[in-house]
Amino acid sequence: MQLLLEQLINGLTIGSFYALIALGYSMVYGVLKLINFAHGDFFTMGSYIGYTVLVFGAAALTVQFGPWIGMLSAICVAALSLTIVGLLVERVAYRPVYPAGRLPAVVSALGASIFLQNTIMLIWGPRYQAYPAELIPVVRFQFGQINITLLQIIILALSFFLMSALYYIIQRTTFGAAVRATAHDRNTASLMGINFNRVILFIFTLGPALGATAGVMVGMYYRQISFTMGWNFGLKAFTATILGGIGNLPGAMFGGLILGVLEMLGAAYISAAWKDVFVFLILILVLIFRPTGLFGEKIAEKV
Amino acid sequence: MSALRNIFKNTPWFVPAAFTALIIVYPFLVSNYFIDIAFFFGIYALLGLSLNIVLGEVGLFDLGHAGFYAIGAYVTAILNTRYQIPILALLPISAFAAALFAYIVCSPIIHLKGDYLCIVTIGMGEIVRLALINNPFDLTGGPNGVFGVDFPKLSPGMVIDSPIKYYFLIWAVVGLSVLGLVSLQHSRIGRAWNCIREDAIAAGTTGINVRHYKLLAFVIGAGLAGVAGNIYASKLMCVSPESFTFWESCLMFCIVLIGGMGSIPGVIIGAGFISLFPEIFRPFAMYRMLVFGSVMIVMMMFRPGGFWPRKRGGVSFRPLMEDSVDGAV
Repeated sequence: MQLLLEQLINGLTIGSFYALIALGYSMVYGVLKLINFAHGDFFTMGSYIGYTVLVFGAAALTVQFGPWIGMLSAICVAALSLTIVGLLVERVAYRPVYPAGRLPAVVSALGASIFLQNTIMLIWGPRYQAYPAELIPVVRFQFGQINITLLQIIILALSFFLMSALYYIIQRTTFGAAVRATAHDRNTASLMGINFNRVILFIFTLGPALGATAGVMVGMYYRQISFTMGWNFGLKAFTATILGGIGNLPGAMFGGLILGVLEMLGAAYISAAWKDVFVFLILILVLIFRPTGLFGEKIAEKV
Repeated sequence: MSALRNIFKNTPWFVPAAFTALIIVYPFLVSNYFIDIAFFFGIYALLGLSLNIVLGEVGLFDLGHAGFYAIGAYVTAILNTRYQIPILALLPISAFAAALFAYIVCSPIIHLKGDYLCIVTIGMGEIVRLALINNPFDLTGGPNGVFGVDFPKLSPGMVIDSPIKYYFLIWAVVGLSVLGLVSLQHSRIGRAWNCIREDAIAAGTTGINVRHYKLLAFVIGAGLAGVAGNIYASKLMCVSPESFTFWESCLMFCIVLIGGMGSIPGVIIGAGFISLFPEIFRPFAMYRMLVFGSVMIVMMMFRPGGFWPRKRGGVSFRPLMEDSVDGAV
């Protein structure tokens, strides 16, 4: 029981990383029908920028205002920088390719991914970088027999807050309705006076920012980051997106959380070495029986 | 011979002729290093051609093709090192193993559409790779892989053991595959595939068994990738899981899209781009992958259909009656 609960909490922590990254995939996919392969590298870059802030800038802040302000500033700077990177990538790599259709955009996205990954490698070097441990306090709580670190609680709270905020924006505001309308039918949405470019601007600022936030939190949680980690996390997050039903934002959030929990339960009860196999098997099984994901709507075939 | 005639039909005749001549003359002009580069060009050409069947001809997104490639390579390596079965005898066996694997794995998922199929093939490729790392039944040697794969022997005195011989082996296989694939393109099967790519529902209503033809594409594509795996394993003399990552599948995907979907000369050009580019830009050292990524983006801006897009051959636009008279087209 203790193991189960602890693994559930670990799973939710990892799942919230996947969910935050998955939101970026899902938003871009929903509006542009493009698998944004560069998104995993947005996440990595956010992680590295957060690392730089923590190492060079936040020490002063930490001394003055305490460690949490230092961490928060790292997250904010990373998220803000990545909105700029996201917009740049969209402008340079995707916008010129849209008219040509979906597949050229996939190659362009892969090219952008290679470019970003190698940029990260050139700036920060090919080796693992360790997040400064002394700036991230370790506080443990004991609830009954279950251990939770303060960091986990903060990660869960922050992710929950960000996801609810996004959910609110998308589902409850007028602009969110515009985004959903564009995802549903771009041409009709344009005819209704929705500015397509503003929607793109929105998804390419928010998506990378959420990814970067996840990146900094992953750095704090695992304590070390590498320039290739975007592939792995990106792949898992993309899996989460599909699991929940691609283009469906609540689906992406739940997909991420479910994936994280499955992964941790698989690691605990089946085998740590086979946990990813377990995750992909579940994904394939889900898709065999629900071909549009857990929360995806059944799309009628157009003839 | 009809296959040969067909090559000349859509491309100027001198292109394949000059290309063949270049391939034959090339290894006598350069050092072993450049012969090896051209060998890997051949491997990627074969992989590109195999993925092209699935992605280019039928339009199914397959981002796990490295899994089939891995099956071919590991079947060769394991059977050769354990039971000393000669490499060339294993060539059809690895092709068959990869094809059988594709049949079993793809049967339940073939009804998925577009990106859902894409993620399932990614998952399939990753499962293969992770399984190889985890060393099931002590067969695959874990992360280190399998060592000591033999040279292929044509006859007792004729062993393929030097770069130049491997070079001719792979390009002979590529040449044969091209001939086979061109005639496949112009056959009933090829037309059914293209019909499914353009509109699967319409294809179904005209009596094409969509499921059957999609599976057939996966099986043939996987078999060809298995052949590439066989040659790769004997060339490197060892196989390890890190050769068959998701990245490798992405490279194959790019080969097909950069070259031109469904276009055989395009795919070979795409393979050349992917395998030669990092070598040509070696002087840029650390920046070459940066350049590589940017070139991919720029290329898609200016040639979104690929470097050598497939021309709609006579088949597509001619009236049906005429087409059925000239059955060989």
